[in-house]
Amino acid sequence: MSSLINKELRGYLRPDGRKGIRNIVVVAYLVECAHHVAREIVDVFRGRDVQLIGFGGCYPNAYADKMMNALCIHPNVGAVLLVSLGCESFNRKRLYQTVKESGRPVKLLGIQETGGTKKTISEGTAFVSAALEDIKSTPVVDMDVTDIVVGVVSGGSDATSGITANPAVGKAFDILVEKGGTAIFENIGEMIGLDDLIAQRGITPALRDELRKAMEKSAKYYTIMGHGSFAPGNADGGLTTQEEKGMGAYYKGGTALISGMIKPADIPPHKGLYLMDIVPDGEPRFGFPNPNDSSEIAELIASGALCVLFTTGRGSVVGSAIAPVIKVCANPDTYARMQDDMDINAGKVLTEGVSLDEMGNEIFNKIISVAGGEHTCSEALGHQEFVLGYKTFEPVGPSCLP
Amino acid sequence: MSKLMKLNPADNVYIVRVPLQANDSVEIEGQNYLIKQALGFGHKIAATLLHPGDKIIKFGIPIGSATEQINIGEHVHLHNMKSDYLPTYTLNNEFVNK
Repeated sequence: MSSLINKELRGYLRPDGRKGIRNIVVVAYLVECAHHVAREIVDVFRGRDVQLIGFGGCYPNAYADKMMNALCIHPNVGAVLLVSLGCESFNRKRLYQTVKESGRPVKLLGIQETGGTKKTISEGTAFVSAALEDIKSTPVVDMDVTDIVVGVVSGGSDATSGITANPAVGKAFDILVEKGGTAIFENIGEMIGLDDLIAQRGITPALRDELRKAMEKSAKYYTIMGHGSFAPGNADGGLTTQEEKGMGAYYKGGTALISGMIKPADIPPHKGLYLMDIVPDGEPRFGFPNPNDSSEIAELIASGALCVLFTTGRGSVVGSAIAPVIKVCANPDTYARMQDDMDINAGKVLTEGVSLDEMGNEIFNKIISVAGGEHTCSEALGHQEFVLGYKTFEPVGPSCLP
Repeated sequence: MSKLMKLNPADNVYIVRVPLQANDSVEIEGQNYLIKQALGFGHKIAATLLHPGDKIIKFGIPIGSATEQINIGEHVHLHNMKSDYLPTYTLNNEFVNK
C-alpha cells in the first residue's frame, strides 16, 4: 500500500456533519412543465458549478420524493433553487423545508405565481448568482478516507468487464473498506443465479436472509418484465447470458463482507460495504427497475455517494449531476478509441499483464485525486446526466442494517 | 502471451485474450484449432467437447447450457448456448433461444 497517494484531503463541511468533495448550486425542476425554465437558468452559468436535476412526473410518488429530498441535501450541494410550475403534485413545501433546515441557501419559485417563463428565469438567475457568492464561504475542513462514500455502476458491459474493470474496482473497494471508507454496489438486478454467493457475505444471519429475499424478488421481477438487464451491445461484446453478465458484475463488489442492505436514498448508517436493493417492492407497476445507467447513478448519489465508479466495456460516456463519475474502461480497444472519455484503462490487465491488485490501487488513487478536486473526464466534458422516474419501495427492515 | 485464458480451473471455456482473426489458429492442450471468424477480447471458446444440455462453466459457475454439440476450439455464444434464466435480446428485435 506504500504506493498509495498520501495526499491531504479537504472537504466542504455541511451542517449534518457530512463532507462534500464539490460545492455546487443545484437547480431542481419539480415537474416536466418546469424543466425548460430550470434549464435556461442553468445555461446562464455554463462552465460554473450550477447543475440541473428534477422529477418530471406530475403524479406523486414517495420514492421520487425521497430521492429529491436526499439529493438536494447531498454533501456536494451548497445551495438549491427549486423551480415549480405551481399545480403539480410534488410536495414542494416539504422539499423547501428540508433544504432550509439543512442550513443551505434555498429559494422556491413557482412559474405561475412569478409570472411566467421570463420573470422566473430572471428571478432564478439572480438567486443562483447570489448563491454562488454565498457558498464561497462554506467551511473547508480536513477529510480522510473514512469520510469517503463511493458507489459503483456498470454500463455498456462486454466480455472484458468481468475480467478487468469489475474485479479491479472490487480490489479498490476492498482497499476503501479496509481503510474505513464506505462502498455501495447495486447491481442486484443483474446478479441472477448468484443468490448463494451474495447471501453468504452478509455479516449476520438475519441480513443473509434479507439478501437472499432481495435476490429472489429481483429474479421474479425481471422474469415478469420478460427482459433482463441485458442490451444487444453486451452480446456483440461476447457476453451471451444474463448470468454470465451478472457474475462479471458481481466482482465489482470486491470481497468484503456486506455490512448492510439499503434502498435508494437510504444513507448507510455505518462505514463498510453496502448492497443497494434497486428492485421495486410489490408487483411490477412502473416498468423496468432502472431503465438506464443514469437512473442507477442518481440512486447511488442519493444514498450519499460522493463520487461514482462507472465500469464500461463497449464505452459509455455519461457523467452525472451532483457527483463526479470516474470512468473505468474494461476493453483496451474501446480505451484506444474513446480515451477522452475514460479516466482509467483497466484493459491493461489484458494487454500489459498489469495485475488486478495494481489496477485496484490505481483506481483507489484516482478516487482520492477526484475527492481532492481533480476533474474526471465526464466532468471536464460537461456531462451532467440525471434521470429520475417512478418506483415503489417498502422501507428496509431492521435486519437489513445490523 | 497466450491467446486464450481460463478464468477458473473448473471452466469448460477459454476466453479470448488477444483479438483473433478468421483462420488464426489457437493451441489447446497440444492440438491446433482453426478459428472460423474474427473474435474480440473476452469471447468464449470451448475447452472440451460439449453436448446439448451441458452446463457452460465460466468464472467457475454455470452461465447457461449448450443447445447443440460444441467441439473443442469452437466459438461459444448465442448460436449454441442459452441462459438457464432469461432469454437474451438482440437487435434483430427478437429473443434468441427463447
